Amino acid sequence: MSQVAELHAGTAVEPAESPLTPESWGKLGMWIFLAGDAVGFGTLLAGYGVMRATSADWPNPYNVLGINLTAFMTFLLICSSVTMVKALEKVGAGDKSRAQLFLLLTALGGTIFVSLQAYEWTHLIERGLHIGGNPWGATLFGTSFFMVTGFHGLHVSGGVIYLLGVMGAVSRQTDARRKYNMTEIVGLYWHFVDLVWIMVFTFMYLL
Amino acid sequence: MAQAVEHKHTNYMAIFWWLAILTVLELAVIFTGLPKLVVGILLCSLALTKASLVAMYFMHLRFETRTLGLVALTPLTIGTLLVLLLVWDGNPFGHTSGVPPTAATTESH
Repeated sequence: MSQVAELHAGTAVEPAESPLTPESWGKLGMWIFLAGDAVGFGTLLAGYGVMRATSADWPNPYNVLGINLTAFMTFLLICSSVTMVKALEKVGAGDKSRAQLFLLLTALGGTIFVSLQAYEWTHLIERGLHIGGNPWGATLFGTSFFMVTGFHGLHVSGGVIYLLGVMGAVSRQTDARRKYNMTEIVGLYWHFVDLVWIMVFTFMYLL
Repeated sequence: MAQAVEHKHTNYMAIFWWLAILTVLELAVIFTGLPKLVVGILLCSLALTKASLVAMYFMHLRFETRTLGLVALTPLTIGTLLVLLLVWDGNPFGHTSGVPPTAATTESH
C-alpha cells in the first residue's frame, strides 16, 4: 500500500475530531461571524473605555442613564435566551407547536427589548442627551452611548427578523427535527446578542 | 440528533437563576460604597462570569469541538490585546510624545 493510500486508510478509521462535517458548516460559519462581530463590539467598548479614562468631565452613567429600566431589559434578554434553548429542545424532540411557541416568545422578548430601548432613547433625548452634546459633561458621552446601544439594538432587531424567519421554516416542516441545525444556528446568534448586552450593561450603565 | 441528546442534560433553568442572581449582585455592588477600583473589578468579574455561563451552556460551547472553542476564543484574545494597547495609549501619564495632556486637549473630549 502506498503512503497516500495508508494515510487515507488511517484517516478513515481514525476517530479524530473534525468540526467540518457537512451538518456543522452553518454552525462553523455562524461562529466565525460571531467572532468577527465580537471583535467589533470589543473595539467599540475598548474605545469607550479609553475615551472615558482620558476625559476629565465624563458624567457618571449611573446617575444620567438610570438603571431600573435597563436592569429589566437585561432580565428580559436572559428570559428570551431561556425560551430560545427551550425552542431548540422542542425542535429536537419534534414538538413543532411548542417549538413555534418558544421561538415566538423569544422574538417577542426581542421586540419588547427594542421597544424599551426606543423609549429610553426618547426619554434621554428629551432630557438633552444628543450625539453632539449633553448638559452633563463630555460630548463623547452621548456619541458613545448612542453608537454602542444603537449597534446592539440593530443586532436585536435583525435577530427578531431572523427568529421569525426560522419560525416560518419550522412551521413549514412536517417533522420539526429537520430544522434542528437551523434553529441551533439562530440560537447561537441570539445568545450572542444576550452575551453582548451583559457586557454593554456593565460597562456603559453600571461602571 | 446526537447534539440534541447531549444538550438535554443541561439544566437551563439553573443557568437562568444563576444569571438572575449574578445580575442582582451586580446591582447590589454599586450600593456597597466600596472603593471605585474594587467595584470595577467586581463588576467586570461578574459580567465575565455571566458571559461565560451564556457561552458555555446556552451556546453549548462546553459540548462543542475544540476547533469551535478556538474560534470563540479568538475574539477574546484579540480583544484583550486591543484593550492592553488602548489602555497604554489612553493612559494620560503614558503619552509617548512626552507632552502631558493640556487643558485644551482634555476639553476637546
